[in-house]
Amino acid sequence: MTIKHHLTEQLLMGYAAGTLPEAFNLVVASHLSMCDDCRATLAAYEEIGGALLEEAGVAMSTGGLDSALARLDTRAPEPVRPAAPGALPAPLRSYVGGDVDAIRWRSVGGGVKQAILPTSESASARLLFIPAGAAVPDHGHRGMELTLVLQGAFADETDRFVRGDVEVADQDLEHMPVADIGADCICLAATDAPLRFTSLIPRLLQPFLKI
Amino acid sequence: MKGTKRSNATDWVDHVRRIRDRQDQQAFRELFEHFAPRVKGFVMRGGTDAAFAEECAQDVMATLWRKAHLFDPSRASVSTWVFTIARNRKIDLIRKQRRPEPEDLTWGPEAEPDQADVLGLQQETEELGRAIAALPEKQRNLIEKAYFGDLSHSEIAEQTGLPLGTIKSRIRLALDRLRHAMK
Repeated sequence: MTIKHHLTEQLLMGYAAGTLPEAFNLVVASHLSMCDDCRATLAAYEEIGGALLEEAGVAMSTGGLDSALARLDTRAPEPVRPAAPGALPAPLRSYVGGDVDAIRWRSVGGGVKQAILPTSESASARLLFIPAGAAVPDHGHRGMELTLVLQGAFADETDRFVRGDVEVADQDLEHMPVADIGADCICLAATDAPLRFTSLIPRLLQPFLKI
Repeated sequence: MKGTKRSNATDWVDHVRRIRDRQDQQAFRELFEHFAPRVKGFVMRGGTDAAFAEECAQDVMATLWRKAHLFDPSRASVSTWVFTIARNRKIDLIRKQRRPEPEDLTWGPEAEPDQADVLGLQQETEELGRAIAALPEKQRNLIEKAYFGDLSHSEIAEQTGLPLGTIKSRIRLALDRLRHAMK
């Protein structure tokens, strides 16, 4: 399966520089775990940070080196275990506390479920469960919304998105994502401003869903 | 510290290997003397005092020692690796946020990246360093603010014309080889 929808250069640069909110970092890190193209682009942006680091410095106080040497751990390093295969990429699993079966879903109506993940407040991250064939109510965006597909697939007015694909939506996009009929769809979504629902019912529910 | 001779990227790679293979304290000393002040300066750009920044720098260097086996010189220079550790620490401590990172990929205890790949990437990164140093003052300030200060990413969207294309394709190739070796 090939990933067709990637992160924007802007998001990768922001992630490299460390200026994105935590919820966006989580989507970026999850996509990077599945996409080597974006991993390579990120690494190139990080090289800019490395080059800047070479430019200047502020002298350490005397004794800094000795106290660092005294603190070094001389035990053998822990071996790296490759993450066990699963539906959720490694960074996401540490937020959920396990793989898909550890997600604590809450119903939001119409068969759609969500699990809000604990991140800093400047943006919010949630897992979404959309039953096969079901739709997320038509909505627009006040800020930026990133949606990463983890299982199944969905389609909206712009294209079809499969596992690993990320959709970057902004103020200009109004869409109604519909899950493929073949499988239930699980996505990770992050937003830095509340969504704008077009119909009344979701709008009334919005404060309760915190979406 | 302007005017000091630029360090040799390939040489730093060797220092990290000495730590990984022999827990070489002399190699650590030299890395510390070069990088700790730079990390301190980087952290202070976030508006913290010197004592706190120094503590961070100590911490970053200790992480370098502890994670020497995770460093892959076919995908990053040592400066960059130190930068990423320092950046993550800064987010942790100053912004009080967790920093989600992608899944670790390593060569493991046996396999090593191809030496030609390592050399190629290290040379490429030195070239990028020279290109950044040669940027017009205004443009370099903008990049510095984005990476070291607190400028939001939307303000640095404009590309700088830096030669990132070859670095990117080298790293992509290194990742392919790594994935193949991990199978």
